[in-house]
Parts: sequence; structure tokens; C-alpha cells
Amino acid sequence: MSKSINRREFLKRGSALLAAGSLPLSLVEVAFGQNSPENFTFAYVSDSHITHVKGKDFVRNWDRGLIHAIAETNLLDPRPDFVFYGGDIAQLGKREEIDHGLEILSGLRGDVHYVMGEHDYYLDLGDYWRKQLGPDHYSFDNKGVHFVVLNSVLTYDDWVNRWGGPMERMLQMARLDNPQGSPFMVGEAQREWLRKDLDKVDKKTPVVVLSHSPLQKIYKCWNFWTDDAEQVQALLKPFDKVSVLYGHVHQIQYNQIGNISFNSAMATAWPWPYPSSYKQAASYLPKLTVEMNRADPFFERDATGWQFINVHTGNVDAHYLLPDNQNRVVAYDRKAGHPVDTKFQPAENRIPPQTHY
Amino acid sequence: MKTITQTYLLLAASAALVAGAASADPFTQADLDRWKAEYMTSVEKGEKLFHGGLKSKNTVSCDQCHPNATNIHPETYPKFQQQLGKVAVLGEMINWCIMNPLESDPLALDDPDMVDLQSYIHWERRGVPLAPGKH
Ligand code: HEC
Ligand SMILES: [Fe+2]
Ligand SMILES: [Fe+2]
Repeated sequence: MSKSINRREFLKRGSALLAAGSLPLSLVEVAFGQNSPENFTFAYVSDSHITHVKGKDFVRNWDRGLIHAIAETNLLDPRPDFVFYGGDIAQLGKREEIDHGLEILSGLRGDVHYVMGEHDYYLDLGDYWRKQLGPDHYSFDNKGVHFVVLNSVLTYDDWVNRWGGPMERMLQMARLDNPQGSPFMVGEAQREWLRKDLDKVDKKTPVVVLSHSPLQKIYKCWNFWTDDAEQVQALLKPFDKVSVLYGHVHQIQYNQIGNISFNSAMATAWPWPYPSSYKQAASYLPKLTVEMNRADPFFERDATGWQFINVHTGNVDAHYLLPDNQNRVVAYDRKAGHPVDTKFQPAENRIPPQTHY
Repeated sequence: MKTITQTYLLLAASAALVAGAASADPFTQADLDRWKAEYMTSVEKGEKLFHGGLKSKNTVSCDQCHPNATNIHPETYPKFQQQLGKVAVLGEMINWCIMNPLESDPLALDDPDMVDLQSYIHWERRGVPLAPGKH
């Protein structure tokens, strides 16, 4: 098991180090045979929603969340192999927002791989994002693990073409609880690309998939959902170990479906309520998930954060680093065969803030 | 309020005049329909204010953090808010969110916008039992 230092300790040392010029900080002790090729860490930052107000003004709160996450990420030691950005850099897909977000993100030490979010996509269907960052679906290998990035926020053409203009479309998709919304999907072309990509990969190779939306169905009305999730899961089924990491939900979720483990990312911008707290509709939060603490509105960074991922022998442990809140570690439990919260999984260990209603 | 009082007066008067008539309902289906329609109009206005219609100096809107007005728990008010140091009504916490995440000016507690916001927030929460003071 890796061990994360407690929050207060981290902040104390972290801010002292920041002031002293960013000396490395030991956040994680990777204890699973450091020499094994499949053991490494990467950082995972998501959902910053950088928002342009006017002129040179951006929403301060969202800027601060991203800056905070980057400052902490830069303190990781051992250095992570790379960083993933999980999508939704921007709020309304504007160039100003993507540029401003990437300017802040340029402070990250190390390589960053980007995932497309719907807030990056629906203004110009991803043109500016791709111009700055390259293709929205790709794969690469790292130390014996095969990584795949998908653009899972596509939707049906008739919806895409229904609106008066790009900004109207963007605003429609940006509204989470929009009754006129449309479900996300990976789509046939990308699924075919994925099938071919995975064809070349040995079935014993651990696979880690990054998408913006969950590649599982949780709650359609807020798009905690991917319409062709089952078809994508079917392509991943032949592999021994698969982990799916997704953003979009701005909250802690984890699940196991067959051979596939799922872990979500927190947002750096703001947290979302769990769908079960909406009393007029049914939703399906994975049973395994122990909910994150309810946010205290008086602390603007509460229930926001970022994560680092410890990959050991092909499984994934997610460390959630949450300013103004308790850090959480959701680790893959080999015996149980699914992710567990290392502290709160037993019902009797849960605390009142984890009760959402 | 005025309409209701007038209706009662009228009914009382007619009941007194027509002695022996079966006791009439104090309001009609048409009244009920109109009152419901008035309320739903307020809900609709509130829904728009909640989703970006409210003047917001930094463009941030309520629905960004409270989709379908979740995590507002109107049924728990009034309740003690530690950071305000007192038992507060729903409108005071609405104003807190207007002043902080929205970086905007608070509404008077009887501002029509404040009323419409609460109509919408309560409507999304209909059916949930009252739980005053709950956290
Ligand atoms: C940046 C995110 C954010 C925005 C934007 C926001 N709020 Fe909040 N608000 C919160 C959080 C987080 C809480 C705490 C939720 C909880 O107690 O679970 C909260 C709490 C509240 C509460 C008290 C809820 C309770 O359970 O006691 C009210 C009322 C409220 N918000 C109304 C609003 C309204 C109305 C708006 C728009 C004017 C708004 N909020 C905008 C984040 C936000
Ligand atoms: Fe997001
Ligand atoms: Fe998203």
C-alpha cells in the first residue's frame, strides 16, 4: 500500500516548500517493489471550468482551484511519470478560457495528456482545443501499461445541429440539469478505432482508459452517463485488468464491473451533489461508492481537489487530495476484486458529512 | 391574501343570508387552479433566475453547483448556521451564495426575485418532509 501524508502535514510542509522554492516533497511511498515495471504514479487533475467574465477578468474562484492543484502536483515526490488533465478546462469553450487555462496549466512540471470535456467541445466542436492540444483520442504505453484516451462527450448529430448557433449549443450542453440535453457517447467511429488499437495489445497487458464522462450509466439527466457504455465495456472485456478514470462528475465515485475498475476525479472548480439528492428522479450510484463529504459552502475549496494515481501491478489506487477536507484513498483490493475506500468502506466507519440527502 | 379575505367575507355573507343552505366550500376549483397557476408562474421565473437569469457580476449561476436545486435542503430551514452565528432563514443562505460564489449584491428578503427563487427551490424539493434545524 502507498501511504499519503495527512492533510495538515502536507499543507504545512507544502506551503513552506512553495515559499522556499519548490523542493520535492515525499507524498507517496510506493511500496510495491519499486523495480517492477508496472509500478509508477501519475497525477490527475480535472474540471477547472475556467470562466471568462470580460476583458482580462476570469472567475477568481475557478482560477484559484486550478492554481492550487498545480502547486500541489508540482510537489509530488517521487515525480509522477506524467499528468492527466481530465477535461472541462473551459466553461463555455471560448478561446480566452482555453488559453487562460493552458497558461495556468503550463506551470505543471512534466508531460500532460489531455482529455476532451463537453465544456471544451460544444462551442466549436473541439476545433480550438485540438489545435492547441492535438487529437482528442489516442493511446500510448508506459512501463508495461497501455493507456487509451477517448473523447466520450460526443452526441447525436441531430442534437448538435438543432441550435441557432455555436454559443446557443454550448450553453445548452453546459447546463447540467437541462431537460433539453443529450446523452454523451463515444460513437461508432471511435469505437472502431478503439477496437483496432486494442487488437495490437496483449490481453495480459493492464489497460487504463481515460474518458471525460463515466463509461458506465449512473444518472442520465445530468449526463453522469455514456450512451454506448456497454459497447465500450465489451471491447475492454477480453483484458485481465482494466481501469477507467473519468472526470465530469465533480465527486468521488468508484465501481467494479467485471474486469473493469472505475474511479472518478474531483473537480478543481466546484463539487456536485450526488444524483440521489434529487428527489424527483431515480439514479444509480454504484453501490461500492462511499460518498465524499458534503461541502461546507463557507470554504470555497471544500470538496474540490485533484488526485494522484498509483499504478501497481496493473491496478490503480486513487488518492484524492482535498483542500479543506479529509483526503481519501480508494485502492484496488486484490482479494475483494474491486476498489475500496481504505478508511470508510465499512458502513460503521462512515461519518455524518457522508450522508447526502 | 386580499382575494382570500374577500372570498371568505362573501361566503360568510351568503351563508348568513341563505340560512339552511349546505355549508359551501370556501373556495372553488377555479380559485385553486388560479392560485396554482400563480405559484407555477413564480416557479418558472425562479427557475430562470436560478439558471443564469439572476444578475451575476461574475457570470456564475446557482445551477452550476446546485443542479435541479439539489443540496439546498429548503425543508431544513430555519436552522443554525455556524458561520453566520445564528439561526438563519433560507433567504439568508441564498444571499450568502449570491454574495460569494456569484460575487454579487444580496437581495432584500422580500424582493420578488427572492420569492421566485424560493418558489423554484421548494418545487424541486416537493414531497420531502419538513426537517427544521437539520444539517
Ligand atoms: C460554487 C458553487 C455554488 C454556487 C454557484 C452556489 N452555491 Fe449554494 N451552496 C454551495 C455549496 C457547496 C453548499 C453546501 C451544500 C450542502 O450543505 O450540502 C451551498 C449551500 C446553499 C444553501 C444552503 C443549503 C443548506 O443545506 O443549508 C442555499 C440556500 C444555497 N446554497 C443557495 C444557492 C443559490 C440560490 C445560489 C445562486 C444564487 C447558489 N446557492 C449558488 C455552492 C454553491
Ligand atoms: Fe466539469
Ligand atoms: Fe463535464
